[in-house]
Amino acid sequence: MFGLKADWSVDVFERYFTLGNYAGGEARWCPGCGDFAVLNTVHRVLRDAQMPPEKSVVVSGIGCSSRLPHYVGTYGLHGLHGRALPLANGVKARRPDLDVWVGTGDGDCFSIGGGHWLHAMRYNMDMVILIFDNGIYGLTKKQTSPTTPTGERTNTHPEGSLLPAMNPLTVTLGITNVSFVAQVPDWNPPLLYETIKAAHKHRGTSFVRIMQRCPVFSDDFCKPYQDHPENMLLLSHENGIPAADNVKKLFKEQIEHDPSDWVEAMKIARDESKLPVGLLYRDPGAVVYEDFSAKGLNKTNEEKLAAINTALDAFAI
Amino acid sequence: MTQQADNGDSAVQIGGNKTAAKVDEYIVEIVSDSGEGAQKCGQTFGNISGKMGNGVWTVEIIPAEIQPPARSPAGASGIRIRIGSKYITNMGNEAELVVAFNEQVLFSRIANGAYKEGTIVLLENKWETDPDEKIRNQYTAAVKEFAEHGLIVHELPIEEACLKIVSNARKGKNMFVLGMISYIFSREPDLGRKEIANTFAHKGDKVIQPNIDLFDSGYAFAAERLDYLWEIPPYTTDTTKPTIITNGNQAVGLGVMAAGMELISMYPITPATSATHYVADVFDNVGGFVHQAEDEIAAMGFALGASFAGKTACTITSGPGMALKTELIGLAVMAEVPQVIVDVQRGGPSTGLPTKVEQADLLSSIYGEPGDAPKVVIAAATIEECFHFVILARKLAEAFRIPVILLTDANLATGVQPYTRPELQEEWLSAPIDQSPWDDSVPAFDWDEGTGLSQRPIPGQRNGEYVLTGLSHTDRSKVAYDSDTNQTSMAHRSRKLAALQKTLKPPKVHGDEAGGDLLIVGWGSTMGAIEESVDILRGQGKSISTLHLRFLSPLEPGLKEIFSKFKKVMTVEINYSDDPNGPLITEENRRYAQLAMMLRAQTLIDIDCWSVVYGHPLQPGMLQAEFNQRLDALNN
Ligand SMILES: Cc1ncc(C[n+]2csc(CCOP(=O)(O)OP(=O)(O)O)c2C)c(N)n1
Ligand code: SF4
Ligand SMILES: [Mg+2]
Repeated sequence: MFGLKADWSVDVFERYFTLGNYAGGEARWCPGCGDFAVLNTVHRVLRDAQMPPEKSVVVSGIGCSSRLPHYVGTYGLHGLHGRALPLANGVKARRPDLDVWVGTGDGDCFSIGGGHWLHAMRYNMDMVILIFDNGIYGLTKKQTSPTTPTGERTNTHPEGSLLPAMNPLTVTLGITNVSFVAQVPDWNPPLLYETIKAAHKHRGTSFVRIMQRCPVFSDDFCKPYQDHPENMLLLSHENGIPAADNVKKLFKEQIEHDPSDWVEAMKIARDESKLPVGLLYRDPGAVVYEDFSAKGLNKTNEEKLAAINTALDAFAI
Repeated sequence: MTQQADNGDSAVQIGGNKTAAKVDEYIVEIVSDSGEGAQKCGQTFGNISGKMGNGVWTVEIIPAEIQPPARSPAGASGIRIRIGSKYITNMGNEAELVVAFNEQVLFSRIANGAYKEGTIVLLENKWETDPDEKIRNQYTAAVKEFAEHGLIVHELPIEEACLKIVSNARKGKNMFVLGMISYIFSREPDLGRKEIANTFAHKGDKVIQPNIDLFDSGYAFAAERLDYLWEIPPYTTDTTKPTIITNGNQAVGLGVMAAGMELISMYPITPATSATHYVADVFDNVGGFVHQAEDEIAAMGFALGASFAGKTACTITSGPGMALKTELIGLAVMAEVPQVIVDVQRGGPSTGLPTKVEQADLLSSIYGEPGDAPKVVIAAATIEECFHFVILARKLAEAFRIPVILLTDANLATGVQPYTRPELQEEWLSAPIDQSPWDDSVPAFDWDEGTGLSQRPIPGQRNGEYVLTGLSHTDRSKVAYDSDTNQTSMAHRSRKLAALQKTLKPPKVHGDEAGGDLLIVGWGSTMGAIEESVDILRGQGKSISTLHLRFLSPLEPGLKEIFSKFKKVMTVEINYSDDPNGPLITEENRRYAQLAMMLRAQTLIDIDCWSVVYGHPLQPGMLQAEFNQRLDALNN
């Protein structure tokens, strides 16, 4: 993005951002934590999209994964446990020009933030939600989360988690006005990159459930898929997540799936014998809430004062 | 029905040969089943009276259920209008005249002490001939009972008269009654007709005309059948000053717009919701947006996100909603995000008295968050202040980078009063979002040593990138768990309150500034009733004064000095406190009213309190009696 001038001198006419522009504080996750992979991918997607760092805001709740904003050199909002989504929605409400990202854990999003999850999907504001699903509460040291597999021993259920694990895909797909649902493992960098990139490109709320490795507290959560890729099902389609042949090669099980087909998406999501990977559903035409909430941004003070005067006059006696 | 204004000083001639007696003030109630339009009738009557230069206070009588059974005491729905030849600041004592659409609804009002011996009851008499024998019996028994209470009952065929004009008297009786009371209080009938035309303007002539007919016949009906005729002369000296009449929630809504806030993020809760109902109707015109969130936590989070992104947003709620917002208010304090939070207080705890007044969120507003969470808490004392304090709140929130809680209550929310029309100022509007580059040598929390104040970078400002966090953080908003960082950042956040307090002036004493026997201290909506009773006692030569606080956190300066000039200081509040003479109560375990508790701690003066949670606004009469006792005790 340099321009060569007539006198052969070089002129910087646009800013060019390198990965360094998106670097934040030094990440402090455990060695082997899947969060690193997501962080690096976010940096790369931002760089490749050449987002001005001051225009992006990374919002999160509380948890290991919710430390994400601290490690990205954009604006950040490290909020409260479970509240990332309303905060992010609020950021976007009157600032549609901002590029909003949300980092949230399985406990943060599906448990304490469960109500907000449903509604944020329905608001469908333009943002990327990265769910770092490690099937456990990491930061608070191994308590059962909604996605903890049945029978998994945790510190709150030492005899094993009692209930069937929640299926976040079917729940999300079931929400009216949902517009983008994808799933991806953190240990496949090219797919992770393409998925997050597609999520970022999509206008609307992109729900990306990332199967995230937590070697410290829930090693068993991702192991079945790491060790047996045949337990995963790659969804491919020309409108889906692009995957190069060498990436495809890793997946023994593959199907063609048109992401505009909601019924098929729901079927795939419901079948828990295989972990679907790729884009389950996309509806580019879903209603986007900031199209309402950001109306009237350009009113001048004169217009506002005139309108308030009219409002006051309606009460005149 | 022509009114001949006679400028003689004692009486006015209206209609026939009756003479209107001049009175200084009057309290009227209209009570009905819900859905019969009594409130519309009373509001219109209030508007007419305001236009005629009277002081007005109206307050709605609201049943707790949306559609309580017809003819049930608990279903009493209606309105009280107090008008006078003076500025009226509260609902007053007992009503002197009531129009009742059925006899049953009067029972709950009687139980509430709304009437006295001699109160005139204009009662719909159709129930006397109701096909249902039970109703007929109820009616006759009630009329007898009312007489035994000393009420003067006039049984009137109101419905019958209405049916001559409309086929469904349930829709329209209210305008007939408006005509009746307009006659009784010598209101200009043309003002009434104009108000009706305005009210139904959007429905067209087909609706306006029958309503005007109803009004006119109500007017004639009263002239013909009743011997009552009063005149309440105007008090406004300056009738050229433009005046508006609103309730407190509408005032809050207008204030939000005049403050330049562009986002209200809320979840419905009585008695706060009507503020948003009002704004939702007109917000588009100023480019604003109402976000109805999925719950109060989300409402607060959404507002906080928007404030962080540039423009201070507002959330409006009541007690239970405040409880849900608590954790996020703590985040706003910790991360220094400007925020306006309006709490229209209702009776608590829990779901409590949803439609009724209480002032019991003071301590939870100031101290409600876990950890030390200094924030600004102010309280509006009048409906007019509901407007101006929203503007003040936004300014303080931004200047001090802090959440500001504005306390109003159900009394202000539903009370309607005329006041000087605010003259809008452009500087009230919030400034456009600064998107110029940030000087990156300046940290995100560049705390000033002396005041704790700092400027905040706004997303979009180049080189200002920082991460807002609720964790303990350094001036560069880096997470830091070390002792020094925590101690100094806490000190900076607290110092902002001291800095604000230094800019405040000591409150004015209403009464004897030099001191005296008894000083009453109040806050919030009780000011009108307190001052009215204090003025009456002062007129009788009693040494009593009052002082009303607007700033609760930080507290206004000079209190200790003022208090020490009085023999006794006591607060008057609408929240629970133990009766000092109650069973088991001793000086050691007595729980004081909320402001009293704070003032005792802050001044080390033995401040007493008087507080009740009857669910209705304080009345001057009951305060007068209480103050008299206190004064007697002091002087004996
Ligand atoms: C209101 C509240 N309740 C509880 C906590 C404690 N807490 C912090 S993080 C967390 C769970 C985090 O789990 P998850 O969201 O899955 O994130 P992870 O650490 O696994 O990335 C809990 C319970 C808190 N911070 N706030
Ligand atoms: S506990 Fe697990 S999720 Fe948390 S940082 Fe360590 S590896 Fe990552
Ligand atoms: Mg987790």
